[in-house]
Parts: sequence; C-alpha cells; structure tokens
Amino acid sequence: MSILSATDLDILRMAGRASLYPERLKISVGMATCGLAAGADEVYEALQKRIEQRGLEALLTKTGCIGYCQQEPLVDVRLPGGGRVVYTQMSRPRARSLVDELSRGNLPLKQAWAVIDEEELIVDGKVEQFARPPEQSGIPAIAQRPFFASQRKIVLRNSGFIDPQSLEEYVARGGYRALQRALTEFSPQQVVEEVTRAGLRGKGGGGFLTGLKWQVARDTPGETKYVICNGDEGDPGAYMDRTVLESDPHSVIEGMVIGAYAVDAHQGYLYVRDEYPLAVERMSYAMQQAREYGFLGNDIHGTGFSFSIDIVRGAGAFVCGEETAMIASIEGGLGEPRPKPPYPATAGLWGKPTVINNVKTWATVPVILARGADWYASLGAPDNAGTVVFSLVGQIANTGLVEVPLGMTLRELLEGIGGGGSDGKAIKAVQTGGPSGGCLPARLFDTPITYEAMKATGSIMGSGGMVVLDESACMVDVARYFLEFTKQESCGKCTACREGTHHLRTILNCITHGQGVPEDLELLEEIGEAVVAGSLCGLGQTAPNPVLSTLRYFHEEYQAHVIERHCPVGKCPMTAEV
Amino acid sequence: MLPAEKYRQAGAGAVLAALHEISARCGYLPEVELRRSAAELEVPLSVMFSAASFYATFSFKPCGEHKLQVCEGTACYVKGATALLEYVSAELGIQPDQSTEDLVFMLKRVRCVGSCGLAPVVRLDQETFGRATTADLDALLARYR
Repeated sequence: MSILSATDLDILRMAGRASLYPERLKISVGMATCGLAAGADEVYEALQKRIEQRGLEALLTKTGCIGYCQQEPLVDVRLPGGGRVVYTQMSRPRARSLVDELSRGNLPLKQAWAVIDEEELIVDGKVEQFARPPEQSGIPAIAQRPFFASQRKIVLRNSGFIDPQSLEEYVARGGYRALQRALTEFSPQQVVEEVTRAGLRGKGGGGFLTGLKWQVARDTPGETKYVICNGDEGDPGAYMDRTVLESDPHSVIEGMVIGAYAVDAHQGYLYVRDEYPLAVERMSYAMQQAREYGFLGNDIHGTGFSFSIDIVRGAGAFVCGEETAMIASIEGGLGEPRPKPPYPATAGLWGKPTVINNVKTWATVPVILARGADWYASLGAPDNAGTVVFSLVGQIANTGLVEVPLGMTLRELLEGIGGGGSDGKAIKAVQTGGPSGGCLPARLFDTPITYEAMKATGSIMGSGGMVVLDESACMVDVARYFLEFTKQESCGKCTACREGTHHLRTILNCITHGQGVPEDLELLEEIGEAVVAGSLCGLGQTAPNPVLSTLRYFHEEYQAHVIERHCPVGKCPMTAEV
Repeated sequence: MLPAEKYRQAGAGAVLAALHEISARCGYLPEVELRRSAAELEVPLSVMFSAASFYATFSFKPCGEHKLQVCEGTACYVKGATALLEYVSAELGIQPDQSTEDLVFMLKRVRCVGSCGLAPVVRLDQETFGRATTADLDALLARYR
C-alpha cells in the first residue's frame, strides 16, 4: 500500500487513534532499554498472564520511554475517555494486584503517581484533553510534578506516548504529515530555507546551523549525494539518541527523507553504535513499515522522489562519532578521521556531498516543516532556538531524560527538574559534553544553557550528557576517568592526541596515587594545550577539556593532592602503586 | 583503481557488516573466515585485519559463550561500577577482555550501554540489569555455573 493523499494519511491516523485511545481499558508498559533494565519485561509478562487468568477485557501494549528512568518500570492505565494514570516502580506482584483491582472494576488511585490528562500533539499544535480522576483522589497531573513541569518536549514528543512499532500511532500524533507537506508544497530549496530560518542547530553538540549545512550540500554540484544519521552516541553517561531511536523511530526516518529531498540525495545511512541492539531492531522494523506504506523507497508519495536508508552497525569505537571518522568507517571499515576542510557537505562519503546530522536533529526536522520556521524560532533563547535534551544522571535525586527550552539556567534544570543532589547531598559540579566537555562548579549554575554561554565557561553544550557530581566526588579522579577513556579511544593517527592523552592520563594517575608534584599542574596545562593544537578531529581537540576545566575551577583540589598529598574527599588511593 | 573505488564496489558498511556476521556466527574472528570474506568482498586482507583490530567489539581469539559486560560509563563510574568490575573479575578469576578457561564467560568492560538513569548497569548477553549489586552478579553467574 502506498499513501498518496492527505485522505489516505487520515485513514492511517484513525487507525492509530483507535489503538492510542481505544474504547476499552488499555495498559501500557514502558519498554525501552532502561525500562527493560529495571525489569519491564517481567512486569509485562506478569500483566499478560494475569489479564488472561482474570479474563480482563484490556489492550496490553508496549511503549517507549517517557524519560523518568528513576522510577522505572512504568505502567500506564487508561480508561476510555480518561487520561493515562501512571504507576511507578512496578514489580511482578504489583502488576498482578493492579490487574486484580482492575478486574473488580476499580482503578487503584492511591498507588498512582500522576495522570496525563493533556497531550499536546506537537506536530499539529492541537491539545487533547482527557478526563481526570476525581479531585479527591489527589493524583496530580503530570505537569504538576516538578520533574515534568518545566520540560518542553519537541524531540521527545512521542517517546513514551506511542508504541514504537506502530506506524499508525506515529501518524495519529501528526507523523508523516510534514513529509507529505514538504514533498507536495515545498521545493527542495524552500525546505532548506525553512530549516535555516527556524534556526535549528546541530544537536550532536557542535551547534552548527543545520540549514546552512544543507545549503552547502545542495549547492555543491554532483549527481550523487548522501545523508547520514549519526547514531553513534559514544559519550559515556548519555542516552538521548538511544531513546529516540528506540521510542520514536519514525521521527528519524521522516526527518531523513525530508533532508534527502532538500539536498537531492537518494541514499542514506543510519550509523548506530554496537551497544544499542534494541535501537537497531526497532529502526529496522520501522524502516520496513515505512517502505510498505511508501514513505521510504521508490517514488515516495507518488512524487517521483526516491530514497532508501541502510543501517550500518558500529563496533565499539568512540572516534566514529566524529563525522569524518564515521564516513571512513562506512567506506572501508577503519574509522580514522581526516582533515577538514573539505567538510562532508562538500566532500563526504566517497568524496560526494554528504549531510551528516545527529539523531535528535533529524527527529526535529518534521516538526519544523509541520509547524513552520517561525514557531520553532520562537522557542528557546536568541540564536538558540528550540530545546535541548539531556540525560540527567549521576548523583542527583531524579535521574532521567529531560528536554528543556534552550536558555534555561543550569540551576533550574538541576534543582527544579532534578530535585537537587541525591540523598540530600549538595551538588558540587556538573559534567556536560562527556569526554569532550568540562566540569562546572555550583557557583556557575546560573549560567543559561546556550551553546555560547556553555562554551564560555570552558565546557560545551555537547550532545546531552549531564552527569551530576556531589560532595563525594573527587574532581581529579573525574578528570583521570575521562583521560583514561580518551587515551583508550584515541585512534592513534595524530601524535599529539595519541601521546598527549597518554601523558595526561599518566600524570593524573600519579597525582591520584600520591606521586604528584606541584609542577605537574603546569605540565598538565601545557600538554593539554598541545593536544588541542595538534589534533585533527574533535576527539583530540577537546580531550583535555575535562582536565583544563577542573584545573580552572577546582584548583585547590589538585593542590591538596600534590602539596599535602591528600585527597579531600578520600576517593583517590593516594598510595604508591600506580 | 583507487582503494576507495574498491571499497565502494564492496558497498557501504560492507567490511563492518562482514566482521559482525563472522563474529556472530563463530563467536570470534577466525583467520580463515577473514581470508574468505576479504576475497569475497574483493578488498585486501589487510583491510579486514586493520578494521577487525581497530574496533573493541571484535576478538581474534575464541571468547566465552556468555558475555558479561560491566558498564563503565560516567554515571556508572560515579555510582560504583569499579567495585562491581573488581568483584566479578575476582569471582571469575579473569581480567576484563578475557574469557574463563572453560569458555563459559567472557568479561567485558563496556563504555556505556545508555541506561545511565539506572546506574550501575551490567549486561549479560542481551539482557540489561539496572541498579546492579554484587548479589545480582552472583545470581547472574549462577545461571551458567
């Protein structure tokens, strides 16, 4: 079947609505990797068995991740016409008693955590209202829960709301409307202009204007062009891209098709890291569905435009997240970066113009085409349009995946949404940008989250890893951890990176083992600067950031290690064995 | 013919896909398979070997049947992954990237499995476990001991 018209899309939409908001009891379980890690599959099985045993008339479905990892596994119950009632920290016994209650006709409200009584369909701008449980039940609306209150979900608009394996449900929430609009109402050049005007910036961390990148690829002469989706989310402590790929695969596909149309590419690649098997599985399934319905493949929407996507699985090399290394990995196996310029937009895969964007960037594109550039540009802060997704993890009360408007301060994010340090401890620092980023002290938490402000502090926006560190963390040890990482992940092509990260790591190791001398601190800075200057790609150019930023903001901790030979928090061994 | 042209004939991602396929089928990368695959793709054997040695996923030696991965991502690190790794390493009597003599287990440290909200995380084959403790590790090891 091939979808040709808006009417055809409406038929799919109706089918999707029927399973999203059925006229019977519906129970859904959040089953992305984090839900599964907390035991969601056991909960699902328990629900399934009990529903059968009790003969309960209910639709049991799997959804993606709503981002509240701290409280996984999550189960939602929805009565016809009502809002979704959310239950947290489900277990097999709790699942069984939930079904028992439901089969007696009771919706157990005491144990419920919140109710989702309002759903904004981001792509359409429509707001769906649902009945709330009675006031006296005391269940707050999810928007009243601090973790969700100030979030604005654009990239994560469908995550946790739809069954990732249902194309119909994606369409019911406005999916594939933007593609249809782009192909029928916009010329390719107009698509590029719309994305440029929206001010969309690359969400992999660089923050380069996406539309500008597309324009270069579009203007570069050549018959063969490519688009690539960078799903090689290598930063430790980050899982934004995994969540999107697992929870809303069609948003990435739709974005890529629109981008391919804009730059006139007919082949795309989705590069996914090896550690994400479920993402590969869900994307493969979604691509198959998209092909069956004519959203992908030959003659899309009957417009004559053809585009296909192949998945390339990475194999455990952090450097492959760098665009030229990724291209090399797709071409010939060995993922080493090469000098830029030329940038991939002019000479990328096999020397052809290639647009390479992050998962979250692709997932944002359909929203821009559907709602218009002006709407998107109005979100966020000046020159920082839209939102940013963070995986808020580490020593913080509420861990999870959050999406906030750009321009929000770190404090609002950490204290408002994150609820402060875990176990009531004070937050000492926050680490953003993974091994390429830096550690910011608590006194800088009024910094607004924009690309420029983050960079000015010596850290970076990064792709969304945000690891919170409390008083028990030693900043020298954190720096050592990241240098151990980059030392191992340096591909070895540039001497400055290969040898420099090795030496930085060795010096930090000496310091944490009580062998440091005061001169080491200067040496760290000197080597750090040399690595930045002497490396071809982003890995080396940013590898010293964790050291340089901690030296800048936590100098006294380094001094305690090298002068008093003492680790203030007692984390480092401080004995001679190195 | 330029090397790039050769690779292009083999197809995008072909080298990596071939390595994944061999690894999934044999559990590691036997030399004879690499030779066969290189001939099939018409790429030099050195290309297969350089790629195979470049990526952390692949091994040239037979590995334990069950892969136990301890996540060492930042969130897991600050929440005690090192202690888990040391514990399981002592229990199995092997270092990370090694397999037990009976080839039942292989121990891996993994960069990040992306379940940071539930740190520390371990993975046994395809199953992921959050908020892992040493008791959880005992239970996982007991499955195949």
